[in-house]
Amino acid sequence: MAYGDFVLQRDLTFDVGMGDIFVIMGGSGCGKSTLLRHLLGLNQPAEGEILYGNDSFTHAAPADRTRLLRRVGVLYQSGALWSSMTLAENVSLPLGEFTDLTPSEIREVAALKLALVGLAGFEDYYPSDISGGMQKRAGLARAMALDPDLLFFDEPGAGLDPISARLLDDLILELRDSLGATIVVVTHELASIFAIGTNSVFLDAETRTMIAHGDPTELRDHADDERVRQFLRRGEA
Amino acid sequence: MSAAAPPNADLAVERHGDGTLLVRLSGTWQLGSGALSSAAVEREFDTDPPERVRFDTTTLGAWDSGILALMVKISALSRAHGSEFDASGLPNGLERLLRLAEAVPEKGDARAEDAEKRFVDRIGTKTLETQSLFRDDLDFLGRFALAMARALRGKARFRMSDLVLLVQQNGIDALPIVTLVTFLLGLILAFVGATALQSFGAAIYVADLVGVAMVRDMGALITGIIMAGRSGASFAAQIGSMKVTQETDALTTMAISPMEFLVLPRVIALSLMMPLLTLYGNAMGMLGGAFVGYTMLDLSGLEYFQQTAGAVGLNDVIGGVFKGSVYGVLIALAGCLRGMQSGKSSSAVGDAATSGVVTSLVAIIVACGLFSFVFYLLGL
Repeated sequence: MAYGDFVLQRDLTFDVGMGDIFVIMGGSGCGKSTLLRHLLGLNQPAEGEILYGNDSFTHAAPADRTRLLRRVGVLYQSGALWSSMTLAENVSLPLGEFTDLTPSEIREVAALKLALVGLAGFEDYYPSDISGGMQKRAGLARAMALDPDLLFFDEPGAGLDPISARLLDDLILELRDSLGATIVVVTHELASIFAIGTNSVFLDAETRTMIAHGDPTELRDHADDERVRQFLRRGEA
Repeated sequence: MSAAAPPNADLAVERHGDGTLLVRLSGTWQLGSGALSSAAVEREFDTDPPERVRFDTTTLGAWDSGILALMVKISALSRAHGSEFDASGLPNGLERLLRLAEAVPEKGDARAEDAEKRFVDRIGTKTLETQSLFRDDLDFLGRFALAMARALRGKARFRMSDLVLLVQQNGIDALPIVTLVTFLLGLILAFVGATALQSFGAAIYVADLVGVAMVRDMGALITGIIMAGRSGASFAAQIGSMKVTQETDALTTMAISPMEFLVLPRVIALSLMMPLLTLYGNAMGMLGGAFVGYTMLDLSGLEYFQQTAGAVGLNDVIGGVFKGSVYGVLIALAGCLRGMQSGKSSSAVGDAATSGVVTSLVAIIVACGLFSFVFYLLGL
């Protein structure tokens, strides 16, 4: 991953298994969010390839990319709700574009998705009328609109109080169990990493490459690299 | 506490025989209270670096970060000259702050490169940048053409409600200012023309002047300039703000092209509205001319209208409206392009809005020039 001549991260090779809750972690500024952008196709890798299953995502034709992205749901750090549309319209947009549901069916499904994240009754509110935490939940409802089997969360716990963060973790686990979704999370909230993570990759800002890969609990106890163990123990030896 | 307020900051240096430099600090060392200079200490180091530096702060009053800056400088000086820095004479809080300030060594490559490039280097760099910017602009136009092709096949993804709102915002909402500006333009043209033509006794031809000028070129151009400021800026700012909040990314990862969803309705709206606004502006301009005719030249409305009708042909009207619609497309494309190219901070969105207006203006002026040339060649 590079910006012009500046290489942000190199030699990243890892697999996200189906049904994993895969954590991308590392210190501040190491390129976690940038990696996420690459996985979503928002940035092109300077070198290398990203595969969804056996299909190359990086070199896919636009039509194939569209097809692959239809299976993906993304929750952005601040929700990234479309500010000129109500919450219901936000959730309804993918439904309207990519399904054959009638408008009234779409309205029902959108209301259902919002209810699932605890926002029943807020369908006609605009994003600017609700709190940050509620915006995140609405963003999640939208990410789940098409029942994706691959979900990406960019710092989901950021700005949430401890209880809300715990509820979000429980929701993520529920999504994995009931929808069979594979989830990729960018985060550095240790509580969440250990509560939900089954696999992970650790990006290092100094050496600009990945220095650990595997189950977070394993890495905390047995990682080769001192820095990884320190990170996962919040600086304790 | 003594009744009198402590005197202003004072720093005195004393040399002791054992190679110690004693720095005596007294008074109130705070950021607001006058010069906090380490010049005396620096002089000592320059002339004869001491073996150690000690401090006497018994008469030091209130202090804040002003004194900390001084301490850091002296500490750096001692390090540079290999002198021992004895911080024991400093107040406890100050000593701890000093240690904190020096705890993390400066990161080697963190300081931004500020090399003052030579003039020739700067020309070269700027040329390369311009070349890649030009490529970006062409890329945008290419993607837009693809999106337009999809639209014509009926497969483009945007919301009709967005298009309707844009039509209202860029058509109906623009009527007041278009009315004002085109009316005044017609009035000014007539006034200037009348002043000249009256001396030939040919004042009636003011109607021709205003009519032909407005309908052929000025109506479309001035309306285009108004809309460049209105729509060019708003499109750039709207799309730029969406980039900042990641709303455009959210569209992309939902497999909805921002080009189709955001740019297409804006271009369609403006290309529909500009011809109508141009016609309206033409009419308002002629009304302004008629006003001058009536008040200054004693021309009745009917006389003015008949004279204008004689001078302005259907070809002229169609030509002017065509130019107007081309300007509309150019303004929308320029505004959206700059919005998509916006950076991620609030000041970047402001820059994008400015750039949207400027690019729109340049585009329509260049188009106007080209039209004049081509129309002349074609005898239109």
